[in-house]
Amino acid sequence: MFTYCTDPDTLEGLAWLACYLTTGKHMLFYVSFGTVLVLLAITAPVALAFGFLGAIAARSRFAPLSVLGRIYIAMVRGVPDIVYFMFFVIALDQGLEWIRHKVKCPDWDQPIRQGNDFIVCSAAKLPLSSSAQFWHELYNFSLAVFTFGIVFGAFAGNVLQGAMRAVPRAQLETAEAYGMTPRQSFWRILVPQMWTYALPGLSNLWMILIKATPLLFLLGVEDIVYWARELGGTANPRFTAYPHGDWRMWYFLALLVFYLAFTKVSEVVLARITKRLSHGQATLGGVKQARAA
Amino acid sequence: MNSCWDTIQAYAFRSLGYGERLLPRDGYTLCEHFTLIGSGLIWNIYYGTLALLFGFCLAISLAMAKDAHSPWVRKPAEWFIFVFRGSPLFIQFFLAYFFFLSLKQWQPFFSPLTSAALGALIVLFLNTAAYAGEIFYGALRSVPRGDIEAADAYGMTGFTRFRRVLFPTMLRLGWPAYTNEAIFLFQATTLVFFSGFPARQQMGDALYYANYFADKTFNPFIPYPIVGLYFILLTLTLIGIFGLINARLNRHLPQAYRSRVRYRPAIIR
Repeated sequence: MFTYCTDPDTLEGLAWLACYLTTGKHMLFYVSFGTVLVLLAITAPVALAFGFLGAIAARSRFAPLSVLGRIYIAMVRGVPDIVYFMFFVIALDQGLEWIRHKVKCPDWDQPIRQGNDFIVCSAAKLPLSSSAQFWHELYNFSLAVFTFGIVFGAFAGNVLQGAMRAVPRAQLETAEAYGMTPRQSFWRILVPQMWTYALPGLSNLWMILIKATPLLFLLGVEDIVYWARELGGTANPRFTAYPHGDWRMWYFLALLVFYLAFTKVSEVVLARITKRLSHGQATLGGVKQARAA
Repeated sequence: MNSCWDTIQAYAFRSLGYGERLLPRDGYTLCEHFTLIGSGLIWNIYYGTLALLFGFCLAISLAMAKDAHSPWVRKPAEWFIFVFRGSPLFIQFFLAYFFFLSLKQWQPFFSPLTSAALGALIVLFLNTAAYAGEIFYGALRSVPRGDIEAADAYGMTGFTRFRRVLFPTMLRLGWPAYTNEAIFLFQATTLVFFSGFPARQQMGDALYYANYFADKTFNPFIPYPIVGLYFILLTLTLIGIFGLINARLNRHLPQAYRSRVRYRPAIIR
């Protein structure tokens, strides 16, 4: 990075640290913070969409759909989310490979599950064993994002279902009195109003989501936890120009500070949004604002 | 049936190091799944129960401290709660493990801390104390003014006032949220063996064994639902116990005013 970094053995103190913190591997470490942010940026809308679909399905008058929606929403109760993370990553992977196997190798006559093995033809492997490392990583990452989306979608479904119930009944009755169809009153009255009621739950969910991101490590993605372990471990002078002892504690301390800052900033921003949204609403917060003004 | 009984005898306490040393290598019957995963559940119950008991005492102190006037008492409590609630438990486990490791290198006296049984318990204890402390702080703030005035009118002060008026009301108001926190704590115990703390001699918790089976059989559809089933049972038991305590806390109130324990996962943590 810096010109004086060419011979690390001669460096001392801050200069050494500056060079150490800008090695190629450290750059990958910094990039992995971006991975976490990308995960959050994709997962949050996906989970919200899943949750919305789940809540709509649970409200449906068509019984099987309603049951399906309710099962999905109730899924997260009682069972630790990490169980779902571990389960879905394997299950999705096998499901996709199984479908591709059925499509690409129709004349395969052996069973897919042979004892303790899961065997599909090589054309159905995901990603193909010949593809570049990048595709393997992208595939892992997408599986992780999708898993996060499913699990947090169920959480979001819980919140949105409660919010839809919290919209005053009189509002919907008024819509009916104006002659709106159920579809119209849903999209024009219920959906715009439910967000104030959903916001406290959704803000909480966002915090949970932030704090769940280190689990990416368990799903096989090279995230910040992976790099903190990798870089913090004792560096032997034989393999690196920057030898040091076991610094994993300091790396994880840095991660802790990162997460604390992140949740603090989110808290402040969410508090502002809540204030903005409760403006003019017939809720406790809205009434307080109106009185203060 | 008979062979299943043998499996139970061999593996029921495998997670504690008793019984058969070698884990099953092939075959993997349903009975082995249930027995080993159930055996691992002992650890989840151990962590959950002890952390909850110790955490409760610290949580009450934290709630009182956060409500104190003196900044010397209030600020540390606020920071403690902020640090443990604002960061992922997963990172806390890693940080604590490596911190304990360096303590051990400095003084061999600290070596028990690096074992999962003690080190992870301390992390869970501090973590749940922070979450519960915030819950009870909120409950303390919402103790009705009339109750406190009534206590003053009776001439109660200091500890008597706390013991007879503030504490019972705070507990009653915070209890439904605290039930959720307890459920979350038990769920969080599954993280222990997937973070820094190593499982010694393959003595792990329920998820550890489920993961072992899933790795060996490439079939996630059996072990993970079993863990789920065990945890649903555990959650129902918890709700039952906490519901009984809640009924006792509310016993002086008329039926209509009693608060119910309702499980709402996303709202609390």
